[in-house]
Amino acid sequence: MHIPDGFLAVNTWAPAWLISVGGIGYCLKKTSLVLKDRMVPLMGVMAAFIFAAQMLNFPVMGGTSGHLLGGVLAAVLLGPYAGAIVIAVVLTAQCLIFQDGGLTALGANIFNMSFLGAIGGYLIYNIIRKIIGDNKGIIIGTGISAWLSVVVASSAVAVELSISGTSPFRVALPAMAGVHALIGIGEAIITCLVIGFVLKVRPDLIYRKGE
Amino acid sequence: MDKKEILFGLMAAIFLALVLSPFASQLPDGLERVADDKGFSEKEVEPSFSSPIPDYAWPHFKSEKLATSFAGVAGTLLVFGMGYGLAALIRRRQIQ
Repeated sequence: MHIPDGFLAVNTWAPAWLISVGGIGYCLKKTSLVLKDRMVPLMGVMAAFIFAAQMLNFPVMGGTSGHLLGGVLAAVLLGPYAGAIVIAVVLTAQCLIFQDGGLTALGANIFNMSFLGAIGGYLIYNIIRKIIGDNKGIIIGTGISAWLSVVVASSAVAVELSISGTSPFRVALPAMAGVHALIGIGEAIITCLVIGFVLKVRPDLIYRKGE
Repeated sequence: MDKKEILFGLMAAIFLALVLSPFASQLPDGLERVADDKGFSEKEVEPSFSSPIPDYAWPHFKSEKLATSFAGVAGTLLVFGMGYGLAALIRRRQIQ
């Protein structure tokens, strides 16, 4: 759901840029409070893995494809703020080097996939994880929040399209949320597989606040 | 993470980019599909600058699949360096 240039009007992309710059600054500050040595290489590995996985479009119903966004995946391992930074790094490289996602739209793309996807996704994950507890809570929380993060991010795209006058909200929202409810299933499956694997081999790499 | 584990993670990412990315679905993604269906895909404008590797295809490659593989591996290594480097920078400033 990388928004290209032209879909968003300046009344939308300019504020989104401001929010993203401020938000990344905030994420950097918060990350510097919790960053540990073991997380440093993990941020590189996660950026690499999510970038590569985002290239792997899988078909869903109706002649459409989707790919991993990775917000929840990054946040479950790195925490919400370092996770958001990793997604923002990937989005920036995709925009500047690979022409995937517009430059004017980069702020909105960071807002949708990094802030809503990673930080928003983490909030939901963490609530479910605490209610259920144990590794079961981690996996169920990961699955539900991964699915939800895609639906929420795609709904935000619909809001931005309608503010821009590109597509009316009542048209854009059901269309975006509908197709991404399917793509989100792929997001949930992939994210659960990777987190399940990490839980088996290196459970200490799962982010836990204050540890 | 020790060196072996970092290498394992990076190799997994490179495997996805090198081996699997040329075989990814070419169908329009969710937003492209909605833009086509709802009639606003023509609003997309050409970018204001030229990207070095547009559309994940390494330029001047005869084989489309190889062009995608190379672009994928280059991008994977690049964002690995960016993520690692940024994290190392935050860590260094934190210690000082």
